Amino acid sequence: MNIQIKNGRVIDPAKQTEVQQDVFVAEGKIVALGNAPAGFSAGRVIDASGLIVAPGLVDLSARLREPGFEYRATLESEMQAAMAGGVTSLACPPDTDPALDEPGLVEMLCFRAKNLNCAHVYPVGALTEKLEGRRITEMAELVEAGCVAFSQANTPIADTQVLMRAMQYAATFDFRVWLQPIDPHLSKGGVAHDGVVSSRLGLAGIPVEAETIAIETYLRLARRVGAKLHITRISSADALTSIERARAEGLDVTCDIAAHHLHLCEHDIGYFDPQCRVVPPLRSDRDRAVLRAALADGRINAVCSDHTPVDDDGKQVPFSDAEIGMTGLELLLPLIVKWAQEDKIPLVQALGVITNKAAGIMGITKGGHLGVGARADVCIFDADAERVLTRETLRSQGKNTPFLGLPLPGVVRYTMVEGRVMYEG
Amino acid sequence: MLNPQLNAAGRLKHLITLDGLPKDVLTEILDTAAPFTEVSEREVKKVPLLRGKSVFNIFFENSTRTRTTFEIAAKRLSADVINLNVATSSTNKGETLLDTVDNLCAMGADMFVMRHASSGAPYLLAQHLRATGRDHISVVNAGDGRHAHPTQGLLDMYTIRHFKQDFTRLTVAVVGDVLHSRVARSEIAALTTLGVPEVRVIGPKTLLPGNLEGLGVRVFHDMNEGLRGVDVVMMLRLQNERMQGALLPSSQEYFKFYGLTAEKLELAAKDAIVLHPGPMNRGVEIDSAVADGKHAVILPQVTFGIAVRMAVMSMLAAGN
Repeated sequence: MNIQIKNGRVIDPAKQTEVQQDVFVAEGKIVALGNAPAGFSAGRVIDASGLIVAPGLVDLSARLREPGFEYRATLESEMQAAMAGGVTSLACPPDTDPALDEPGLVEMLCFRAKNLNCAHVYPVGALTEKLEGRRITEMAELVEAGCVAFSQANTPIADTQVLMRAMQYAATFDFRVWLQPIDPHLSKGGVAHDGVVSSRLGLAGIPVEAETIAIETYLRLARRVGAKLHITRISSADALTSIERARAEGLDVTCDIAAHHLHLCEHDIGYFDPQCRVVPPLRSDRDRAVLRAALADGRINAVCSDHTPVDDDGKQVPFSDAEIGMTGLELLLPLIVKWAQEDKIPLVQALGVITNKAAGIMGITKGGHLGVGARADVCIFDADAERVLTRETLRSQGKNTPFLGLPLPGVVRYTMVEGRVMYEG
Repeated sequence: MLNPQLNAAGRLKHLITLDGLPKDVLTEILDTAAPFTEVSEREVKKVPLLRGKSVFNIFFENSTRTRTTFEIAAKRLSADVINLNVATSSTNKGETLLDTVDNLCAMGADMFVMRHASSGAPYLLAQHLRATGRDHISVVNAGDGRHAHPTQGLLDMYTIRHFKQDFTRLTVAVVGDVLHSRVARSEIAALTTLGVPEVRVIGPKTLLPGNLEGLGVRVFHDMNEGLRGVDVVMMLRLQNERMQGALLPSSQEYFKFYGLTAEKLELAAKDAIVLHPGPMNRGVEIDSAVADGKHAVILPQVTFGIAVRMAVMSMLAAGN
């Protein structure tokens, strides 16, 4: 069906444009902007007056929990969450059960996702078998099966020789390696940032060095073997310093942060709120300020939701025993809009970190922008409206977020995937 | 964020931590405890303040001493006391903390005294009670992970006030494994709230958390320097398992540098008192000559502990 999106403020971060114009969609693609192409007749007209028309969001990390953790979430529930959150492309980390370390598993996941016909799912393959950090996986086969990158999720490789070889092997084929910086020894037993709050509350600390030492290792190995490295979910100012130093020395490396790190810090743990148990941990307010500034000036390339649905039982336990993670697909846009509003960053710039820049890291060209010929993946939202986040409004099976009960800006009105309207709110 | 320990009128509803409790509440507990010391000296050691109330001691971690003192305190207040050693019961069969608690509520609990290995567990319990409309049930924290041991902190304050009267003229040193100690955190919170002008912390760097200055204390690594002129020495228990791994090389070396000996105690004020939460490791953190010497007030601590726990429970019963 041909669709005309009328009267919206069209923001395309890839071209840095923000124009009041119409968007014309046919056969799943964007066919024109501004004026209708010759002979175009709209089967449906969406009135986007007062709304932003943006590319569908691209999320660099969303756990769909399949296979293996269906009691926490299913592909069906999380795809609904993605649609409600305006997320039309997402990468899913390999820490499923079994881990995404075999082509068959990846094919199955892609097949299941494709049948649901919602967001485009891009699996991230396991860098080592079972994520155990011992044997490397069949990376080339995994890419053929649909993987866009390789990672260890948050189980780091302790053996640096294995790590180097895994990066080396990936570099052979120019595959992307996404690593979350965690030193397995320094982070052992820790549950919160080693800072004022953990000292006062008696929580075992994770020092910033657990992050920076891992980053220094990754950067040096990446340079040594020529790997295409992306560092995921940094949490500290010092991590950024290390990355910037490597860049100054000529290394091409990208990095992202989780959206909740833009807004939360160690103090949000409050009275041991298990919803704030995340990896990496919420750091100091100074770290948060530095991350926000670095995202604004482009030193941090992208933001992911780090979507991790956890069932209530996993959170109704003491802080240290709580499952890690926050639900995030439906918070990605609101948290970015909130950051943009608070720090007075134009939306055309802010949205880049969850659209074209994220797509660039993932290596996809058909999504994340609104160019003519692109996939008609579109997120139409109201930037000024606010909505109070509640358990009932969340489509995700995971209701685990400390933002429950708070009003958040950026309300998705329509989500379109390849020209099909998949969500109307 | 509301302080979950206080009700709308600012009265004590649960006792979870001393950190964040106002000075007047701390003082009120100590004042309330004073007459209870006399109850323990009577021929009939009972008052009827908690008659008909059920106090459940739920210990998810083994403890004999603390559980016993809570039991004695509750019985002297005429409560019915039920002891559950959960460390060896249903949680090992997979039952969650909150399931256990729901069952006990159904048995008519009025007060929970809980010990748990995880920091913050009593908050979870208090929040659960509120969320399920059982707000009238009080929670007393008998020690949670490394977080807090508020009745121990209070009995220490009672002991200090008994021997030294005025908190605002004291220099107090807390010595030992602060990193893993819920007792130390409760002591530091109480001492700073009650107006002790100089609280010192003494220990090797491996046993002190970072950011201690943020809690309002002065940090010393040299025990001789740290003990100079102090009025109160609060020793901490060193767990044997800390000797394994990379925190400390040996108990001998620890004793040499951080064990309290008569010689080191000479550096403190002449009338200094020495406290220890027990059980003591003689020859590891404290020398027998000091433990049994004239500066030690370790046994009075135990006696006061019962009165303080009676005070806390009676105030909670009144507050709810």
